[in-house]
Amino acid sequence: MASVPQDHGHDHAHDHDHHPTGLMRYLTTTNHKDIGSMYMWFSFVMFISGGIMALLIRAELFQPGLQILQPERFNQLTTLHGIVMIFGAIMPAFVGFANWMLPLQLGAPDMAFARMNNWSFWLLPPAAILLIGSFFVPGGAAAGGWTLYPPLSIQAGMGMDMMIFAVHIMGASSIMGSINIITTILNLRAPGMTMMKMPMFAWTWLITAFLLIATMPVLAGAVTMLLTDRHFGTTFFNAAGGGDPVMFQHIFWFFGHPEVYIIALPAFGVVSQIIPTFSRKPLFGYASMVYATASIAILSFIVWAHHMYTTGLPVAGQLYFMYATMLIAVPTAAKIFNWLATMWRGSITLETPMLFCLGFLFLFTMGGFTGLVLSLTPVDIQLHDTYYVVAHFHYVMVAGALFSAFAAVYYWGPKWTGWMYEEKHGKIHFWWSLIAFNVTFFPQHFLGLAGMPRRIPDYNMQFTEWNQVSSIGAFAFGTAQLYFIWIVIRMIRGKSGIRAAAKPWDGAEGLEWTVPSPAPYHTFETPPIVK
Amino acid sequence: MLFNENQTMLKKLTVFTVVMFAFGFALVPIYQKICEVTGVNDFMRPEAVKNTQVDKSRTIKVEFDANTRNLPWNFKPEFTSINVHPGELTTVVYEVSNTTARDMTGQAIPSYGPTQAAEHFKKLECFCFAKQTFLANEKRLMPVVFIVDPELPKDINTITLSYSFFEMPGGVPAVNTAPAGKLDTPKTSAAPLAPSAS
Repeated sequence: MASVPQDHGHDHAHDHDHHPTGLMRYLTTTNHKDIGSMYMWFSFVMFISGGIMALLIRAELFQPGLQILQPERFNQLTTLHGIVMIFGAIMPAFVGFANWMLPLQLGAPDMAFARMNNWSFWLLPPAAILLIGSFFVPGGAAAGGWTLYPPLSIQAGMGMDMMIFAVHIMGASSIMGSINIITTILNLRAPGMTMMKMPMFAWTWLITAFLLIATMPVLAGAVTMLLTDRHFGTTFFNAAGGGDPVMFQHIFWFFGHPEVYIIALPAFGVVSQIIPTFSRKPLFGYASMVYATASIAILSFIVWAHHMYTTGLPVAGQLYFMYATMLIAVPTAAKIFNWLATMWRGSITLETPMLFCLGFLFLFTMGGFTGLVLSLTPVDIQLHDTYYVVAHFHYVMVAGALFSAFAAVYYWGPKWTGWMYEEKHGKIHFWWSLIAFNVTFFPQHFLGLAGMPRRIPDYNMQFTEWNQVSSIGAFAFGTAQLYFIWIVIRMIRGKSGIRAAAKPWDGAEGLEWTVPSPAPYHTFETPPIVK
Repeated sequence: MLFNENQTMLKKLTVFTVVMFAFGFALVPIYQKICEVTGVNDFMRPEAVKNTQVDKSRTIKVEFDANTRNLPWNFKPEFTSINVHPGELTTVVYEVSNTTARDMTGQAIPSYGPTQAAEHFKKLECFCFAKQTFLANEKRLMPVVFIVDPELPKDINTITLSYSFFEMPGGVPAVNTAPAGKLDTPKTSAAPLAPSAS
């Protein structure tokens, strides 16, 4: 993805297309397309790293007893798998899409703060090195779970400090990226593009960026308190000192629950672009989609303690958080029904991006339903910290966010590379991923209902069969993603032999399809007029 | 024009980010205030106990644990565990001694296992209700007077009461002055039961 716009950019004879070459080009670039591509490559590398951790976990869980990992290492892997996938893989992938596509969709020449854009990206590799490197320091990586709960996170070794600094750095990167995105969307739209004419992807990213700058600083505050508790004698969270470990959970989930929607909303945006394209109908209920997205974002701030039903909340608090949580299902369902209504009587064709969106719709809705089950306090107390929760959030994170990221790569990839991907391989990748995903995670519902706790390297014999099914599925899912990158590299190299037209999808709408494929290095230097 | 608009937006959003960072820290006093107002986590003051019937049909094992954090004191319970009936008024004694050659002030905080037992473990008197100042090498026996509420859920048969003693910063204040906030103490706080000089 990264190199091709450059190579083919010369075909379009842009006189002003001067930039350093080689490594310096990428270190110093302020071009939104270069930076978008770098975000995506970074995200993929992190996705594979987090995936290897997941497969080590699943390999250990293939049988009861301890086979290949010591419990300490297992705990480090579950912890880092969570952080790496959330902060390293999913979030940068969508920031990459935003960088590439927002200026093209809005008719802007670049992001508002091009230099800051470069910084936001280049902060990420040091954070990744801190995270991966922490496996090799004395005591190993952080092992108390990605939620960093004290007291474990206060007692842990220096791997935890590396994790805290990594979170600081990634938070700074996200905040800068968000400021950039908000300013770009609010100030750089082409003349005539009113807010309510913006593509849905821009709307969801605008709201996501506000969520990010509202919550990332709070997480930064929480981990700063952890750091001072660890090294500077404060006792924010240490009970022996007047602090309260449960308070960390409140502060963390004030960030953590909106974070769920930071991951999900851009995915909703991608799906809202793709389903109309392949249904050949405009998005049903555009305005209601905007309001639903905003409602989800606002509600996400007032439901955080549903992650904490077992901490001894007063009954009134449990009831409030239960009802508030269930309320989120209303705007989310509005979105699901709007997507269904968009497809209703549309001329649907099932190209790979559409397949991934349909997979998203089906599996995300299932994840939403298990979320409703978990929102019920009495049920949650039974299921808290079991594999049912693991299954729930993988249905919304993997089948939700990741599937829509795949959809985005297949949908916009021809615009980035100038070549079509090979449809047959895309479809195989979809079905392979869909089946392997369900083989991996569907049995985890059963394991959780039967009482298997999460984050434990060993388990009772009775759980063996479903764990083996789950592990086999996980390895199949991991292999499918190597196949995915093979497909993407073949697309970049033009192996399909089909050049992408400026608008490769006949049902697509939007300014991004008015520029040639691959998109030239500089686009919309003169803003287009939107009628 | 656009450059200026972008700069204005950048400033606004940066201010918003800084405010949210401060808000993260502001959550600490907000949280403590909410706990204080709603009475959650409030195990640091004597509880009113109505005259209750002693339920001879149940026996609860109460285990006592004592530990210190960054505090060179000896701190241990008289017994590691006792059996009580719900509703029965019980006194246990902890032995605390300052092993250093300087005057020090400490504060003990209780915690319970299982957590659900906490609200059913009613302390009428406890050294944890106040700061405790110990002179150099002073040794004291300090009491905890408690009743296990007969409403205790049927599935709980063992309660562990654990105290952590930690040093209160700020020198040596007058005896039994309480810190602010939820460590607030009423005037009836425990005096040493049987002071004994070492």
